[in-house]
Amino acid sequence: MEHTNRADSPQAGALPDESGHFGVYGGRFVAETLMPPLEELDAAYRKYMQDPEFVAELDADLANYVGRPSPLYFAERLTAQAGGARIYLKREDLNHTGAHKINNTVGQALLAKRMGKQRIIAETGAGQHGVASATVAARLGLECVVYMGEEDIHRQAANVYRMRLLGAEVVAVNSGSRTLKDALNEAMRDWVTNVDNTFYIIGTVAGPHPYPAMVRDFQAVIGREARHQVMEMTGRLPDALVACVGGGSNAIGLFYPFIGDSDVKMYGVEAAGDGLETGRHAAPLCAGKPGVLHGNRTYLMEDNDGQIIETHSVSAGLDYPGVGPEHAWLKDTGRANYVAVTDTEALQAFHLLTRTEGILPALESSHAVAYTMKLAAEMKPEQTIVVNLSGRGDKDVNTIATLEGIEV
Amino acid sequence: MSRIEPCFARLKTQQRKALIPYITAGDPQPDLTVSLLHALVSAGADLLEIGVPFSDPMADGPVIQAACERALAHHVTLHNVLDMVREFRQQDADTPIILMGYLNPIEVWGYRDFAEAAAAAGVDGVLTVDMPPEEAGELAAALQAHHIDTIFLLAPTSNAHRMQLVGESASGFLYYVSFKGVTGANRLDVASVAAKLEELRKHTKLPVGVGFGIRDPESAAQVARIADAVVVGSVLVNRIAELADQPEAIAPALTETLAAMRAAIDAAG
Repeated sequence: MEHTNRADSPQAGALPDESGHFGVYGGRFVAETLMPPLEELDAAYRKYMQDPEFVAELDADLANYVGRPSPLYFAERLTAQAGGARIYLKREDLNHTGAHKINNTVGQALLAKRMGKQRIIAETGAGQHGVASATVAARLGLECVVYMGEEDIHRQAANVYRMRLLGAEVVAVNSGSRTLKDALNEAMRDWVTNVDNTFYIIGTVAGPHPYPAMVRDFQAVIGREARHQVMEMTGRLPDALVACVGGGSNAIGLFYPFIGDSDVKMYGVEAAGDGLETGRHAAPLCAGKPGVLHGNRTYLMEDNDGQIIETHSVSAGLDYPGVGPEHAWLKDTGRANYVAVTDTEALQAFHLLTRTEGILPALESSHAVAYTMKLAAEMKPEQTIVVNLSGRGDKDVNTIATLEGIEV
Repeated sequence: MSRIEPCFARLKTQQRKALIPYITAGDPQPDLTVSLLHALVSAGADLLEIGVPFSDPMADGPVIQAACERALAHHVTLHNVLDMVREFRQQDADTPIILMGYLNPIEVWGYRDFAEAAAAAGVDGVLTVDMPPEEAGELAAALQAHHIDTIFLLAPTSNAHRMQLVGESASGFLYYVSFKGVTGANRLDVASVAAKLEELRKHTKLPVGVGFGIRDPESAAQVARIADAVVVGSVLVNRIAELADQPEAIAPALTETLAAMRAAIDAAG
């Protein structure tokens, strides 16, 4: 299986540096109490990623439990609709639990077990990472507590119920904006209190070092497979990669193994919400500026006084004021391009993919599809685009029905 | 040199322990903060810790988080906080002032400009909760250039290596977080703090303050026996919260709470 070959990541090991920095971004901005546990986690992570037994167990779980490799699917009717480049969908929506999030939780849970931690905590926005965490906790017999903003609990009721069915305790967070960032604050508070027996599974490539690198490495299986699959199907590397960016884990997972392939363009698609010009969006890379939040330096949605401002997106999974520090670095170096797509465009793309290919994309992934349609139209028919279809849209059906005034 | 080192030196000759109260600037309303600071000094504070409100106070419990939200409802900024310090200094030139908060407001201002403005306002120390020594080089240098101390935290999880590192990086005093957790929790275990402080003193000559979980005269006295300074926050902020709609009652309430701790600390000898 190609995902066992981790050596073909062209830039593997280059960044972050020893102290977790991607240029000026990243780092470890946490209170002293968490510094030793982060050092311990980093050491364990480095050790086990070199441990053939650990890697074999991880690969077996990815194959037999997650269902990897996920297919790379040529979307023929969607391609015809766009009228340009050939569009391939990396079907992360077909993973167990319905999104890419499980790639990371399987890895971190195995690490938690090796480190002797009995209790898992997680933050969640759309609920996908919460479900993926509750799932692996159930499988390994670990206690699991998931922090979720009150606002998101209403938006994603079905996922809340799924987590409870899996035996997780879902804690409603009603501070601040009551969304993902506040859930992350609350999970950090839990971790600092229960650090002896608790492993914090961060769901995205943000947080203090080593999380951005570790989550990336667990998600890079997406790009490794896609690289292999697209070579097999087309005989060459793709011309462009497209993925939505909230915290940015599915995007970095796809991008990372292609970073050294300078001919492969990369597009990260942020949530423009009501439109970048309205200020009601969640697009820190497109319209924010650098700052420090949640343990790392990165682009943020913040006001002139350094307070974090509320974000808006129809998609709970993109509704986050920060972004992984590696994306900040890729933006500044020009290696990746970051664009944004509005709620309305994402909803249109949701319907389009559903009707042309019979695939219901998550609202998050619909952002990537929406931008792909614009991009493909500007490209030649012999060119190819790989889009990360990071999750399935079943969880969003009620949200979409409500937005469109339909009673389900 | 800031006012902090002479303050601890003076207390040492007097064989007294420092009492450091914390309140969040602008809580419950900005025009009250300076008078509350004066009241705290009258009630026996030796140094003052002023919280800079932040939207995402990750290391704080619900009490101080709510204080941040009350202050931010009035749009209190880091600039405003320095204005408050400047106003305080018109009547009090001696009491050391430490700003406590998170890095982002300083990051957005710019380290050098902030350090210059803070020094001009009369700030003596800056404690940035989410900035360990590894990330502090540039800001600490900017502050030092203006004779402002960079205060660092140590915690129950800190090992010998980190005690050494933090001890070498800090100036003014060290702030020992008494338990694993957030501000305002009730988890103080004085015996374990004593054991850790003994170890810590092998790595540093700086005075050591202890904060988190000190909520009454008794716990203040217990901590005073083993530390150089007692930091009290959530218990005061709680009183502010209770009286948020009776602002005139806040200064007397803080005075009462702090004076009782002062008396207990002094009696502890």
